[in-house]
Amino acid sequence: MNNFGYTRASDLADAVREIAADPGAKFIAGGTNLIDLMKENVARPSRLIDITHLPLNNIEETQDGGLRIGALVPNSDLAYDPRIEARYPLLSSAILAGASQQLRNMASTGGNLLQRTRCFYFYDTTTPCNKREPGSGCSAIEGINRMHAILGTSEHCIATHPSDMCVALAALEARVLATGRDGERSIAFAEFHRLPGDAPPIDSNVQADEIITAIELPPKGFATNYTYLKIRDRLSYAFALVSVAVGLDIQGGTIKEARLALGGVAHKPWRDRQAEAQLNGAPATRETFLPAAETVLRDARGFGHNDFKIELARRAILRALTQAARGTPQSQADKRIK
Amino acid sequence: MARPSSAARKGLEKHSVPAKTTITLHVNGVERKLAVAPWTTLLDALRLYLDLPATKQGCDHGQCGACTVLLDGRRVYSCLTLAVMKDGAQVTTIEGLAQGSTLHPLQQAFIEHDAFQCGYCTPGQICSAAGLIAEGKARTADEIRELMSGNICRCGAYPNIVAAIQDVMSGRATGKLREAKR
Repeated sequence: MNNFGYTRASDLADAVREIAADPGAKFIAGGTNLIDLMKENVARPSRLIDITHLPLNNIEETQDGGLRIGALVPNSDLAYDPRIEARYPLLSSAILAGASQQLRNMASTGGNLLQRTRCFYFYDTTTPCNKREPGSGCSAIEGINRMHAILGTSEHCIATHPSDMCVALAALEARVLATGRDGERSIAFAEFHRLPGDAPPIDSNVQADEIITAIELPPKGFATNYTYLKIRDRLSYAFALVSVAVGLDIQGGTIKEARLALGGVAHKPWRDRQAEAQLNGAPATRETFLPAAETVLRDARGFGHNDFKIELARRAILRALTQAARGTPQSQADKRIK
Repeated sequence: MARPSSAARKGLEKHSVPAKTTITLHVNGVERKLAVAPWTTLLDALRLYLDLPATKQGCDHGQCGACTVLLDGRRVYSCLTLAVMKDGAQVTTIEGLAQGSTLHPLQQAFIEHDAFQCGYCTPGQICSAAGLIAEGKARTADEIRELMSGNICRCGAYPNIVAAIQDVMSGRATGKLREAKR
């Protein structure tokens, strides 16, 4: 780790002031990803601004019947909150599918959104990586790319976003609240993370001098017909090869509204409006699910080691839609996929 | 990796710009004051500065669980925790679990179930299990396995670790086997 300074932000205005005044500084909350990146010399902040004493750790009702989750609420508290368990079980399930309980106890809601890819070339400072060193090249495209993206890639980067929680937040159409020098703004979840394009270093559309203060969940939680299905190389404590978040609003056997988001396949949680539109108004059966899965993967492209992800994703989408339609969500303790 | 000598460490610190900060940690019920650099992890603070070496450094990247301690009652990885951010916190390490010469029920159950081989992961396993029991979310063996997945055991003692934790959770522990062997 490089040497760095340390400042404790006293309030939100102080935090915004401190980060705006020091381009080399970074906010720290849970630190579970940032400290690791600093140990690997991938992140080299001149100063850390500790935001853990800001009053951003509550979960509150919103006026429209949703919930506002403070950015500092630990992942474990969020997953086990009775309101989340009852009204947004998809979110609870996705959080519990990720990391370990120790990490979930430490990691914050806001920090989960801002975690960096676990692409091993990004972590390995002896190899080229356009995300770490713009213009140096992508080692993964022709390297070991089993974990890498099959959708939305660019010639400059094929990294994936590692979060499980964010896949559920994408499906639930959450909003991200961020505060900067110009005040607070609300960002639709689909607009929060970005594809690598020709600027792989930039993961999200939150600005360097903004601080995430909360996540807002809309009232609709898809609490009856949902699932979070995560496929990985070991049964727990591993990143997704492919994960699928599904929320269905089924009335009389017909899908009134469908939400479908994938993790482990792209630089951001992958949502496909065309596939969702195909599901809306159709009977909740396998005959409906298959073409929707094909739609999601119509532009999928493998890079060698990760070619299997395309077929794996097709089957995972099919299975997840079936689990959600049946009302039998994937258990995150009993790992058998039913 | 060889640990730098204390002279080398002092040399490093002499050249660093930011000053050390004095913090207070309540470690195993004892108030401890110490001066830490911003980059000192809680793990290093415990092992190098507070003479509590039983918490182990494994991967040092939050992937193995050997460094697990209880921080304000919750299990965390001390290798990914900066000490300077935890001024005033309560820390429980494996050294703080026994009551005098009476082992904590988890320690006793790990012995009775032979829940370790080399023992390197054991301090983290037991602190993690203490956190698990306090959380109250695990009931079945599947749930114990899932919620203990943040602690890797290179020797593969998992079945006995789960059995030891189940015993303590069900109140079957402890000391039964010890009594029987007398």
